[in-house]
Amino acid sequence: MQFDVARLREAFPILKETVYGKPLVYLDSAATSQKPQQVIDAISRFFLKENANVHRGVHYLSERATEGYENARLEVQKFLNAEHPHEIIFVRGTTEAINLVAQTYGRAHIGSGDEVLITEMEHHSNIVPWQMLCEEKGAKLRVVPIHDSGELEMDAFEKLISSKTKIVAVTHVSNVLGTINPIKKIVKMAHAQGAKVLVDGAQAVPHLPVDVRDLGCDFYALSGHKVYGPTGIGVLYGKRDLLEAMPPYQGGGDMILSVSFEKTIYNKPPNKFEAGTPNMAGAIGLSEAIRFLATLPQSARAEEEKELLVYGTRALSAIPGLTLIGTAREKVSVLSFILEGIHPHDIGTILDREGIAIRTGHHCAQPLMKRLKLPATARASLACYNTRSDIDQLVIGLHKVQEIFR
Amino acid sequence: MNDDLKELYQEVIIEHSKNPRNFRTIENATNSAEGYNPLCGDQLTLTLKLSKNVIEEIGFIGDGCAISKASASLMTSAIKGKKTEEAITLFESVRTLLTLGPESNITSDQVGKLSVLSGVWEFPMRVKCATLAWHTMKNALEGKGDPASTEE
Repeated sequence: MQFDVARLREAFPILKETVYGKPLVYLDSAATSQKPQQVIDAISRFFLKENANVHRGVHYLSERATEGYENARLEVQKFLNAEHPHEIIFVRGTTEAINLVAQTYGRAHIGSGDEVLITEMEHHSNIVPWQMLCEEKGAKLRVVPIHDSGELEMDAFEKLISSKTKIVAVTHVSNVLGTINPIKKIVKMAHAQGAKVLVDGAQAVPHLPVDVRDLGCDFYALSGHKVYGPTGIGVLYGKRDLLEAMPPYQGGGDMILSVSFEKTIYNKPPNKFEAGTPNMAGAIGLSEAIRFLATLPQSARAEEEKELLVYGTRALSAIPGLTLIGTAREKVSVLSFILEGIHPHDIGTILDREGIAIRTGHHCAQPLMKRLKLPATARASLACYNTRSDIDQLVIGLHKVQEIFR
Repeated sequence: MNDDLKELYQEVIIEHSKNPRNFRTIENATNSAEGYNPLCGDQLTLTLKLSKNVIEEIGFIGDGCAISKASASLMTSAIKGKKTEEAITLFESVRTLLTLGPESNITSDQVGKLSVLSGVWEFPMRVKCATLAWHTMKNALEGKGDPASTEE
């Protein structure tokens, strides 16, 4: 089946907007993706027709809401190819998913002298929760370096994993460099030393099919809003036996079986980790986003993305004074770059007035910026709705930037 | 080019960003402070030498966009040789100019060359870039050890 991007764009109402009188060119999907009409409709339908609290009422609407929420869990289970629905925990986003693991599994299993291994390309959300944990427990945070191309130094990785390593926390895809990391290999190395592996999948799920059983990882975290779903909803996948043995995260309603002032008995996963009224509309919106993804012809879409990445890489490389940051062999369509003598913020402001939205700054990866010896980069990140014309507009815009600074 | 952009990136701004004045560390500085913009990672270090309440020497180093560099460069040129109270008064005027734009009624008599920064108010996301050096200067003069942040 062919990939009809013009028709696909029709599904995203926001792409018809103009910015400062110019047609919107949205190249910031790694920050957040735009939402297709069917996701917007699903959220709206929930509040218009189905809203009630879940897991509580015996009335019709509560049953409908519970069904919608639990069906969303099944949809995510299928999406990640998890073995059981109760391995899917709804959270606010990737950040909360990682914090949850650090604060429950981490606090129970990390002690003085133990090590947590992360990489140089991590987002702050996969650094700071581990730093906090290590500080509390007297454990050590160790960091796998990267090559200049933006690929992990796998030899160093292997050397850094030891019997002291209790958790390896690594991103599936870098939000700055676009690098796709060899997760299966990392999981094998970690498991050989008895370490558990958490994968930050925030940037991977919009681009790659993810099969948690094939990857073999112990935890996988993702955010709904990066994959055409709403904000405020994300997923933590965890292996059943690990989740069952883990202490709860937050206390409150829904995470209990019975409460008395003497003793509270906790509920089983996933409820054990979902205290309080959950983000029902968010979960339903996310499941609709997953259904939307399923309607796209997968191999044609992957082909299209690869072609667009090659096209964008060539077009940007042809601009004098432009350096691409992140040139891994395996990467998704994220194009980070710098322009000689021009700060990324100035690039961002000038492009903005042309209707072109890109991200500029440190991308919540300050240690990576330090490694790259850059204060910031400009980043154009693509999604299923981007076209060659978007890249062409970016190139024209960048020429205007250079004109102003000539 | 868009008129707002022309106002923002005036020639003086581009020129100061490319050749920032007083881009150095002052030896034997009496006062210093660091400034951060946590949103974008911009960072600058300001050093100055006070003598009898007069800013005798002032310099800055750091990384930043054209707006923050030009603002720091223009600021150091403007307050060198001024009394600390005059520098603080200028800080207030510039901050008002940047946040209120034409409504601020700040005249070029009050801010002199710094009126080239008047285009920034049209770009709310960039006001912080322009004020970073000024907040840092104020902290340095007040002898505050805390780094200045645009998020205060």
